[in-house]
Parts: sequence; structure tokens; C-alpha cells
Amino acid sequence: MSSQGLAKEHYEMGLKKTPFYSRQKELDIMNEWHRWSGYTVPNVLNDVTFEYFAIRNSASVFDITPMAKYRIKGPDALDFMNRLLTRDMTKLRVGRVGYSVWCDDEGMVIDDGTVFRTSENEYLLCAQERQLETLKRNALGFDISFDDVSDDIAALSFQGPLTCTILKKVGFEGIDQLKMFDLKEFAFAGTTVMISRTGYTGDLGYELWINPENAGDLWDALFEAGKNYNVKAIGGDALEIARIEAGLLMAGKDFSPATSTVRPGHAKSPYELGLDWLVKLDKGVVFNGRRALIQERNKGPRYRFVRLDVEGNKTACSAYIFDRQGGKTIGHVSSAAWAPTAKKNVALGFVDMPYGEVGSTVWVEIYYQKELRWNRRWAKAVVMDGPFYNPERKTLTPPEAV
Amino acid sequence: MPRGAKMKSYDVIVIGAGHNGLTNAAFLAKAGLDVLVVEKNPHIGGAAVSRNLHKDWMYSNCSYVCSLFRPEIYRQLNLAKHGLQVITYNGGFTLTQDGDYIGSYNDPEIMRREIYRHSPVDVDAYDRFKTDISKWCRFIRPMLLRTPPDPTSFKFRDLDELRFLARKFLDLGPRDLHDFMKFFTISVADYLDQYFTSDLIKAHKAGSGIIGTGLGPMSPGSAYVMLHHYMGDVDGSVGAWGFARGGMGAVSNALAGALQEHGGEIRTNAGVEQITVKNGTVTGVVLDSGEEISAKRVVSNLDAKRTFLGLMDPKDAGEKVVKAAKNFKIRGSSGKLNIALNGIPEFPALPKGSDLIQGDFHIIDSLERMERAYDDWKAGRWSKDPYVDALMPSLTDPTMAPEGKHFLSVFVQYCPPKVEGKDWTDDQVQAFGDTVINQLAKYSPNLKDLIEHVEIRTPREIESEVGLTEGNIFQGELTLDQLLFNRPFPGYAQYRGPVQGMYMCGSATHPGGGVMAAPGANAAREILMDLKLGNTVPEDEGDD
Ligand SMILES: Cc1cc2nc3c(=O)[nH]c(=O)nc-3n(C[C@H](O)[C@H](O)[C@H](O)COP(=O)(O)OP(=O)(O)OC[C@H]3O[C@@H](n4cnc5c(N)ncnc54)[C@H](O)[C@@H]3O)c2cc1C
Repeated sequence: MSSQGLAKEHYEMGLKKTPFYSRQKELDIMNEWHRWSGYTVPNVLNDVTFEYFAIRNSASVFDITPMAKYRIKGPDALDFMNRLLTRDMTKLRVGRVGYSVWCDDEGMVIDDGTVFRTSENEYLLCAQERQLETLKRNALGFDISFDDVSDDIAALSFQGPLTCTILKKVGFEGIDQLKMFDLKEFAFAGTTVMISRTGYTGDLGYELWINPENAGDLWDALFEAGKNYNVKAIGGDALEIARIEAGLLMAGKDFSPATSTVRPGHAKSPYELGLDWLVKLDKGVVFNGRRALIQERNKGPRYRFVRLDVEGNKTACSAYIFDRQGGKTIGHVSSAAWAPTAKKNVALGFVDMPYGEVGSTVWVEIYYQKELRWNRRWAKAVVMDGPFYNPERKTLTPPEAV
Repeated sequence: MPRGAKMKSYDVIVIGAGHNGLTNAAFLAKAGLDVLVVEKNPHIGGAAVSRNLHKDWMYSNCSYVCSLFRPEIYRQLNLAKHGLQVITYNGGFTLTQDGDYIGSYNDPEIMRREIYRHSPVDVDAYDRFKTDISKWCRFIRPMLLRTPPDPTSFKFRDLDELRFLARKFLDLGPRDLHDFMKFFTISVADYLDQYFTSDLIKAHKAGSGIIGTGLGPMSPGSAYVMLHHYMGDVDGSVGAWGFARGGMGAVSNALAGALQEHGGEIRTNAGVEQITVKNGTVTGVVLDSGEEISAKRVVSNLDAKRTFLGLMDPKDAGEKVVKAAKNFKIRGSSGKLNIALNGIPEFPALPKGSDLIQGDFHIIDSLERMERAYDDWKAGRWSKDPYVDALMPSLTDPTMAPEGKHFLSVFVQYCPPKVEGKDWTDDQVQAFGDTVINQLAKYSPNLKDLIEHVEIRTPREIESEVGLTEGNIFQGELTLDQLLFNRPFPGYAQYRGPVQGMYMCGSATHPGGGVMAAPGANAAREILMDLKLGNTVPEDEGDD
């Protein structure tokens, strides 16, 4: 386990660097970085707008190496995953990826993430937050082993309409046959790269998983094959716009992970996150949080996750949600952005039940700054049915060439 | 149609499926009206069109970049759902005769260094220039989605609108008010002289003051033309320009999608010959096939000359309107080349690997040369040393050309509507094309070897295909005498024509040319007001 063997002087270590660090640094003119699980990663390298449009118009490369990754294997691997996750894991075949959440005993979401079934008795679990302890506690009685492989696998998220075309040019034959949520291993530079058709942009895209030693070569191969296609390395800011536009949740931003939440009422259940479809109460086995979730289903959740189409062009960052102009506070906005492709002023947030039915109107009070002076404005917002942006190419197999 | 069957009558017929006609029709259909758009060409879009004229290349055949399009309209008509995506592009440069260049960079630090490289004192001037232009944009943008008031009217609404204008002017304060008034009347050269010392920087900035106009950089009025090109935005970034993915036709196609979503119809290959009028009220149109279609209202997307001198009986239009239409200034001054390239042309002046190539590039490095190019036009010739605004959308938009190949759009200033008073001949069109290609080739030695196909468009082609009189890209000059309540002529700036039920919605009306959709939307608002129907046209969202 790479987390062991740390020197006594580890506090002098400073920031960790991913295998893609030097390549990103070379492209950087903005000097805006942040720390993600101890690694330094860029918010933006050159220009947020152009980085965003690489996601929606050509191809974007985003370093997701800092994600927490765990390998779970053993004869009971399936049963274990089924115990941990809310979804019915017997449905996830080898070579498939599933998006899921996992809960504590109160049915509150600890984190969301993707589960890769790499072989009959082996899974890779990827999450935003660290999960080692959750895994350990749940492993009791299962014949499995689990490893923190976070630092052992380098990963890139490769997203945009041209990504399939470019991967084909790199030489990944058959990549165009990968359906959404498929995963497959490909030979590359004397090693293998695992490619999954997954991502966090609501668009056509892939995630590439490789050992750190060969990671640089993979980066170079993408840029070489994509040189006629305007491939761009991007930072987290551009991705953030795309994920909000696609209406996707982010742990630590839209909801507070249950394991680190102190205040009552601040953690959220899958129902309250609008993730009902991930919960299979009747999958035939007990899973974490099941009892609480059955109760909640009968009683009804406390909050409703809403995707809002806000009038006007001022983003509703951190705004309160009201039942009417100047009325009662019924919720808050957790993420907001102007969506450049959907051409909507979008906000994700939570309202108290029973507010926020699809199609209903709520109000937000928006604060915004112009030349250092703060202004505020009331704006109507309509609760949307589903994501703001959902292009056909996301699911099309094979994807169109452009 | 079987004999005796009653021909369908429409609530509204819109003549011309240019982007303004489509916008107008879409808002009317959204309000529940039964709308038909009739278009003479086999394709829709007018000057906002994508055409596949050579193998796998797509040309943005006339207009090629997008910025002026009103975001409120984009959103209200749900054009994203109908396939429109506008992508900002980066950079741009002007090439100099001595083998250098000046680049435009989005990043302010790099931009400052680039100006410093050419003229250190102009660095701060550039910031001042940008601040001032932003001020004028902020002033003018809220007027785009409003109907101009009639200053001679005492109607409540006109007085109210005049008050709105007056308040905006007063808000500017005395110093800015002075500068602003000047802005409308001075030349782009004089305007830039107030800021910059470097002739190259001035030339680099002056291009947008001459595009599409029959004015030179030293002609009074050209400063406003520059502002007209600055006042747009992409996603709130004022002054930014972008590509419509799939070419400018994507704008028109999305508008058509919105129109059809609301039940509107489009008929192509249906040119209108006449607007029919009875007892001072519109009754419909006659197509060039002889077919008559009746409607209670008719909206013309054509320019003022074509509408009033071409489609209306002078008896219906009346002497005053006929005279005003005859005097309407609509001088063709631009040409365009659409070129299919086998690769990326080299520009030895640019550093290797420079991203600037993804932006628009210009030839002509001094105001003097620009003015000489204009002199040729005045004499009825195309410029020997033309100004070009060239661009390869395919470097950004992968749908425009096969991999590694490119679509080069070359907008040319100046190109006369007639050559020394006579109609263009095919040989002259070819010679014009050669002049432009030779101009480019002076700066890009391998360009000619890369050319696969060229489409050459002089005002003759633009007029005959798009129906823009003299090929004037704005449907009429953008000079103060033809702006705001003077557009197209005083007394007719509120989109209503001289007879009952007749309206105008093209770029010949306020706020003028460019792929903006504002004229079409404003006209729809007026029509709905006359019909006492609920308004479907959005208001300006404001910049604060
Ligand atoms: C070469 C060129 C380059 C340009 N570049 C840009 C640019 O990059 N960016 C930008 O914003 N603007 C640009 N413009 C300007 C912009 O394209 C126009 O101002 C705008 O498209 C005009 O739109 P419209 O709807 O008002 O009229 P039009 O587009 O002129 O539409 C009029 C329509 O009416 C049809 N019609 C004509 N006669 C008849 C008839 N008798 N019966 C039926 N139908 C008829 C025509 O076929 C046409 O479809 C450019 C224009 C040109 C010509």
C-alpha cells in the first residue's frame, strides 16, 4: 500500500505532483492552482472559455489522477459491493461501469462514485473522497481484499465530441464500439491502458487509466493524435461549468458527505439528491442504509434536489431560494453557472418539501458585483425536468466523427 | 389544388427567410399566429447561410462570424435545443509589409506586451481605448431590442421612450456625452488618433470601421461602424466574436426549427413579385410563379429599396416613401472569397506554432493604405491593394472541413457594385478573385498550392443570390442619417410600412445589419402590439 512507508519528515513533502504536472505547467500562463487530495492541479491553464469550449466542441484533457481509487478483489467481491452500494450490483457485468452512491446507516450519502467491474471478482472504486475506512468497516465477514491504489493509477478524463475520433487515431482499435459505461483494456506503449466511456461533463467522453510510469506517453499520444483537432488541456474551472451545465452533483459542493457532517439536517439521502434511481431497496440483500431508506421512502424525504433555469444573466451563486419574491426562504443554491452551450442561467440547489415540483416557479435573490459595488436582483427560476444539456452524441454508439 | 377549393389565408406572410424574417416569424408563431415564410432561394438563411459547394467543405457563404446576435432571442427561442452552438474564437493579427505582425490576444498581459513590442506609449492608451469602447457599448446595447421612438410624435409611448433616451444621455455626464456625440460623426481614423501613436496599431483597430461600409477610414461616420462591430458579445463577453458550429447557416436553421416548433411554415423556391394591397390594406402576395397567397399582414425581410421599389406598386407605397427608398443609401462595397484549402497556409511572419492563426487576420498595415483602397472603390474599381478580414473557422470548428484541411473565409473591402459604372463581367469577377489571392499570397507563399476550390463573390453575386441591393451587407449604410429613428427613413422607423398591415423586419430597420436578429424581433413586438396579442419578444436583460 503506497500510503504506508511514509517518512517521518513527510510534512516537509509539500504538494504532490501528478505524472502530468510538468506537461500542464508548461502550458500554464495563469498561475491558478489548487490542492486536491494533496496534489496540485490547475484551475485554469490558459483561458476558461477556450478550455470550456474544448469540452463541447473538440476534445479536452483533464487530469483526474488525484481521485481516490480502491481495488477490491476476492471471491466475495460482488457480495461486498452489493452490501456497500445502493444499486443492484448483480446487474453490473464484467466490462461495465456503474455510477452509484453509498450511505451510512441513517441512509445519508457518504459519497458518490464510479465502480468498474474489471473482472469477475475484481472492482475498481473511484470517488471524490477517501473511502478506506468505509471499506474496512464493511469488509467484515467478506472474503475480499482491498487496496488504496490512488497513487498507483494515473488517470485522464478525455471529453468532447472528437474524443472517439482521436482515440482511434492513437490506435485504440474498436474504441468506437464502446458503449456508454463500457470499459476495456487496450495495449499501449508496452503496457495497458484501461479506457472507460465515462466522464463528468454530460458529453461524449472517456476516462483513461494507466500506470504512472507510462502516463506521460499517453498524454503525448493524445496531443499528437489530436493536433489537427484543437485538443486542449483544461483546468477545474472549465470542467465545473460543464458539470453544472450537465446538472451533475459534486460531493463537497452540492452535498456534505455524511461521514464528515456534524450538523443535523446537513447530510442528504439519495432521494434528497434526486438519485432515487440508484436505490434498489428490493435487490434482495441488505445494504448500508437500507432500513433508513425504506423508512424515508414511506415518510418522504425532507428536501428536493432542483435544477433551476434562472431568468436573466446574473448567476445565482450561493443564493437563497424563496417561494415568491420577498417571500419565505425555502432552500439554497449549491452550484450555479451561466451555461454557454445550453444558453441558460443554471443553478443546482435544494428546497424543502413539498416545494420545487418540476415546472413550478421559485424565486432567487441574486447578489452580484459590478466594478466592486454589490447589487442584488430578484429573479424567477423554473424547476427543470432533467439536465439542461444532454446531447445525443453522449450515448450514440459509434459516436459521430465530429 | 382542386378547382374551387378555397386557398388558405395566413395571419402573416413573411417575405424572405433571412435570419430576421425567420426570427420575426418565430415570435409571431409563438404568439399563436398562422405564419408562412416565403423564400425565393432553394435554401433559407439569406446572408446567414452555410453551403456545401465543394466536396466535404462547408462554407459560411456570406456572414462568417457571430457576436451581434441578441442573447435574449437565442434563449427565448431555445435555439440551443434547435442545434445552435456559438463558440468563441481566439486571437487575430495584422500582417505588415516588412514581414512583422501585430497580434490580438485575449490574455491582457500578453496583449500589453504585444503592444509594447510595437509602441510602448500605446500600452496604456489601449486600456483607455477599451474602457471607452465598453462605455459606448454599455450605452448602446440596451437600445438594440427597443423600437426607436418617433421624435415628432406626441404619443405617450414615444414620449416615454424619448425620456428613456434622454435619461441615458444625461447619465453619461457632460464629458462623456461630448465624446459620445462625436463618436457618431467622426471618422475611425480621427477616433483612433485620440488614443494611439502607432500607425500599425491604428490600422489593426480600424478594420472594423470599414467593414461593409461605403466609407473610408477617414470618412466621417466610420467610427460608429467600428462600434457596431464591438457591441455584440458571446456569453456576456462584450466585443467577443464566435463561430456558429456548422457555419452561420446553423443560426438560420435553428431559427427555422424554432419557427416550425411553433407551427410556422416555410416555403422555399417561392420568390415574391408583388405585395398586393386593396383599399390601403395589405391582402397578400403574388409569387413569381403567378400564385397568389392571401394574408392579413405581410412583413418584408428585404431591404428598403427592394421592398418599396421592387415589391410594391408605387401607388400603394406613395410618393414620399418611393422617394425616400430611392434616396436610401445602400452602397455595395464588399466582396468575399470562400476557399477550400488542402492544409494550413504558412505565414512566415508569425512565430511557429502561434495560436493567432485561429483568429481573424488582416492585411493592410496603415490607415493611409486603407484610405487608398477606398479611393479605388470611389473610382468604381476594386481595391488593387485590398483590405481583407480572413479567417479559418475550420481550425476551431471541426465540422467545416475534413481533418487537416481548411475553409478559408476572406472578406474583402473594397469591391464596387459596378465596375466603372458598368455591370461586372465574369472575367472581371475572376480578376477580382486573383487580386485577393495574390494579396494573401504575398504573406503566405504556399497558399496558392493549397487551394482546392474558390468561390468568388462580388456585390453582383451577393445581390443576385441574397437579394441585398448592391450587395450592401447591412441592408443600408450605418450612418447617423440612417440609424435609430432614421432607419430606414424618418417616420418609418417603427417597422410599419405605408399601408395598413404591412411591416418591415430586415436589417434595413433599426438597429441595422449584422446577424443580430433584433430587427426581426422588434418588428414582431410591434405587430403583436397592433394585434393586441401578448408579447413573445424578450426584453434586453441589461448589463447594469
Ligand atoms: C459577404 C457578407 C459577409 C457578412 N459578414 C458578417 C459577419 O461575419 N457577421 C455578421 O454579423 N454579419 C455579417 N454580414 C451581415 C449580415 O449577414 C446581414 O446583415 C444579415 O444576415 C442580413 O439579414 P436579414 O435577415 O436582415 O436579411 P437577408 O439575409 O438579406 O435576408 C433576406 C432574404 O430575403 C430573400 N429574398 C430576397 N428577395 C426575395 C423575394 N422577392 N421573395 C422572397 N424572398 C426574397 C433572400 O433570398 C434572403 O433569404 C455579412 C454580409 C455579407 C453579405
